[in-house]
Amino acid sequence: MAILEVRNLSVNYLTDEGTALRAVEGVSFSLEQGRSLGLVGESGCGKTTAMLGILRLLPAEGRIVSGEVVYDGVDLLHVSESEMREYRWGRISIVFQGAMNALNPVRRVGDQIVEAIMLHESVDKRTARGRVDELLGMVGITSERASQYPHQYSGGMRQRAMIAMALACTPNILIADEPTTALDVMIQAQILDLLQKLQKELELCIVLVTHDLGVVAEICDDVLVMYGGKTAEYASADIIYNESLHPYTQRLLEAFPDVENPASTLASIPGYPPPLDALPPGCRFEPRCHRRKDICAVKSPPLLAVNSGHYVACHPDKGRLNGATNR
Amino acid sequence: MQRSDYLIRRVFFALATLVVVIGFNFFLFRILPGDPIKSIARSPRLTREAREKLRVDFGLDKPVFFDGERLRKGDVLGAFDTQFTAYVRALLHGNLGISYRSRRDVAEVLAERVWRTVVLVAGAETLALLFGVVLGLVSAWRRGTRLEMTILLWALISWGLPNFFLGIILLLLARGHLPVGGMATPGLKPEHGLAYWADVGRHLILPTLTMAIVYTSSYVLIMRSSVVEVLSEDYILTAKAKGLNTFQILRDHALKNAMLPMVTMVALNLAYTVGGAIQVETVFSWPGIGRLMYDSVQLRDYPILQGTFLLLALSVIVANLLADLLYSVLDPRVKAE
Amino acid sequence: MQQLREIWRTFRRRPMGIVGALMLFSVVFVAIFAPWLAPYDPDVKIDIDPEDLLAPPDVEHLLGRDDAGKDVLSQLIYGARVSLTVGFVASFMSMFIGTTVGLIAGYIGGRIGNALMRLTDFLLVIPDLPLMLVIISIWGRGLWKIIFVIGVLGWTYNARLVRSQVLSIKERQFVLRARAIGAGSLRIILRHIFPQVLPLILAQAVLSVSGAIIAESSLSFLGLGDPTLVSWGMMLNFAFERAISRMAWWFLLPPGFAIVWVSVGLIMMGTTLEEIVNPRLRTHHLFDPRHMVALIAGVRPRAEAEGAME
Repeated sequence: MAILEVRNLSVNYLTDEGTALRAVEGVSFSLEQGRSLGLVGESGCGKTTAMLGILRLLPAEGRIVSGEVVYDGVDLLHVSESEMREYRWGRISIVFQGAMNALNPVRRVGDQIVEAIMLHESVDKRTARGRVDELLGMVGITSERASQYPHQYSGGMRQRAMIAMALACTPNILIADEPTTALDVMIQAQILDLLQKLQKELELCIVLVTHDLGVVAEICDDVLVMYGGKTAEYASADIIYNESLHPYTQRLLEAFPDVENPASTLASIPGYPPPLDALPPGCRFEPRCHRRKDICAVKSPPLLAVNSGHYVACHPDKGRLNGATNR
Repeated sequence: MQRSDYLIRRVFFALATLVVVIGFNFFLFRILPGDPIKSIARSPRLTREAREKLRVDFGLDKPVFFDGERLRKGDVLGAFDTQFTAYVRALLHGNLGISYRSRRDVAEVLAERVWRTVVLVAGAETLALLFGVVLGLVSAWRRGTRLEMTILLWALISWGLPNFFLGIILLLLARGHLPVGGMATPGLKPEHGLAYWADVGRHLILPTLTMAIVYTSSYVLIMRSSVVEVLSEDYILTAKAKGLNTFQILRDHALKNAMLPMVTMVALNLAYTVGGAIQVETVFSWPGIGRLMYDSVQLRDYPILQGTFLLLALSVIVANLLADLLYSVLDPRVKAE
Repeated sequence: MQQLREIWRTFRRRPMGIVGALMLFSVVFVAIFAPWLAPYDPDVKIDIDPEDLLAPPDVEHLLGRDDAGKDVLSQLIYGARVSLTVGFVASFMSMFIGTTVGLIAGYIGGRIGNALMRLTDFLLVIPDLPLMLVIISIWGRGLWKIIFVIGVLGWTYNARLVRSQVLSIKERQFVLRARAIGAGSLRIILRHIFPQVLPLILAQAVLSVSGAIIAESSLSFLGLGDPTLVSWGMMLNFAFERAISRMAWWFLLPPGFAIVWVSVGLIMMGTTLEEIVNPRLRTHHLFDPRHMVALIAGVRPRAEAEGAME
């Protein structure tokens, strides 16, 4: 039973000169209760934009061009701004990457969490403060720290505080946008463990946005791989790791160092993602693809359903992807 | 950098500037043909005692800067027993000379009129800050709209609008409705009590308004630029994601951070404010320090001119120092333990 | 040269800059062709009947007459010459001094550079108008004296700007190469560094002209202008002293509006140029907050200079 269904979400950015950069195009996924989704892709592939689009937090030059974001039967893209404000944090919350400046540096951490609570629930300040202590405890921060300022926290602590704040109003969905980037490996592990724990204890749906496939493997049930603003592959984590079909996904998996065979050279994907103002007419991955065909440069591949629950945007070889139907 | 280091440097700088100003002030008035202090010391309009006092206080029979003779004789300390040192000594005692016109102590005249300018400037700055902050906020949030354009257009125009001309315009407009000259209606007695002060207040309206309008425009622009910058920070996005509405975001997250540069702007602008006060006080005949300066120029009352200049320069130096102090206190980068 | 052509090309497409330029050139035009445009000789009193003194506008005298019976419109037209002259010459002086100081302080650096910067700091803290007032009242009135005073006190901001620009250019490849082949300092400064700095100076210069014009008008209004020449500021001085009680708006308002007109034109031009020249400020919006801040910094040096001092 899906609590969030995103259908065909497309987001553009308008440049100064008036051209539209297609940052996200036709992305769809559905979030089931109790399952978590990993949104994977290189920087600039549109994953953060897609998430901001869902919450309607795009900057002034961003435009949601089409699509539906259905939460609990309601299309969030068409509710009023004041209604949207209730959904934000109350139902869906988000933790940004690099929590360096994501917390207001001149206000105490506790106050900022209290602010979130008071906004969505009608409780008095004292109760709110109690909740703050609880929340901080959940992420492993002692309650004295509530009266401190963000710069007095370490990087990992700040990230945990952000997570605590994101849970303040008991949302159903937590979007974690690159929660471990810019943190060292030990802290990364901590944060991931924390997320996993919260997922279990609170039955939280987590959307983990990252460029790191390894991170996704631990926590996520489903994976959506994005490239150049579009979906490359979308399936359960099992399938992605064991039976992936998209060349990009395969390369990503290869690039991931194998702990058991440390001797093999690190694979990387040569080339760069396409610039948004000069998108190729065909498949966006084609220039870097190791399995490209003639048609790939000419025609953009449709998202094909291979069995139910596994979607790939790739031109099928003869013989492969049998039984594929257009989504 | 360390806050104390920074402050000590700034204090030294202020003192150094003060020394330069004093020296400059002294020097400037000495190059006048018919050295003013000397000529007034000979003026028959003063009593003999007054003349003698001037001569002694300002060491008018001694060399101007430096006594080469005495130095050669080995009397180092005595070499500095000159008009300049006498001047500085007099300054330190609060003796600024005697006005040509009124034959009163310059320091006395200044002290009498200072508060009038202070009231004017303080009132105008407060108004300007208030409007500047609000309009700056509004125009930053409502970017690309008519309102923003109007505000900016008006700010642009006030840039090319000299203070005194705005004063003239307001004077013409308000004539007959508001008092346009002086501090109080002449002949209104007694010179204290509510009725009197209310009258003064009415006379204060136009000059204050004139100055406020001009300064609002620079504050609007600073505030606006500041807010725009703040609004691009990450924590604003977090606030929005939390479900705060525009007003709440501006009030609880943007305002404090954006106002920091404003605080220092006020003090830094004081040098210009002073120039503006001179103009506005002249237009509206507001009897403060600015008007005093204008009058003393017209009347060639050099001791007053000299004293006023010193006072104005001093206040700007002090204000800048205070601004430095304030900034170091408010800036979070200096806050860290 | 190439750079200047580039700048012109971009400038052409900015409405605010074009409007500003038009405003400025209209005044320049009037100043140049004053003898043909002015209906009367501004100094000559025409048919003095007592009722002609401070006469309001009529068909023969579009802006009426002043308190001495002279035609206001003609004075206004000729006044443009004085105001513009003071503006341009004083501004040129400031730019010249400021650029030289900035180039030296930036290129040579070290003790001399620091000393020069300290000097600018001093000047910044001393209030402008009072200082100018004091100097003129002691030195005496006169066109060149005013130009000199305004010019000599207005160079600080430009010096800072040029210096910081030079500091960043100094370490660039082409300069290092020039030094490597043994080019002398002066040559380097003039042939390599100065052209890079020129666009910046240009933008500043336009803005400083408006500052100079306003400064002159303030000084003249306060009675320190050249008594033999009638600038807009002087007109306002006479008008204020003699015509205010009679509410002779035709004498009081036009000179002021003229000042505003030329200043706003210059500011719009200068701001646009600054936007083009300083990449940090570039934007497609008609009005951008940051160039306004630089504008503030340009005409009111304190804030930027304070920031630049760190």
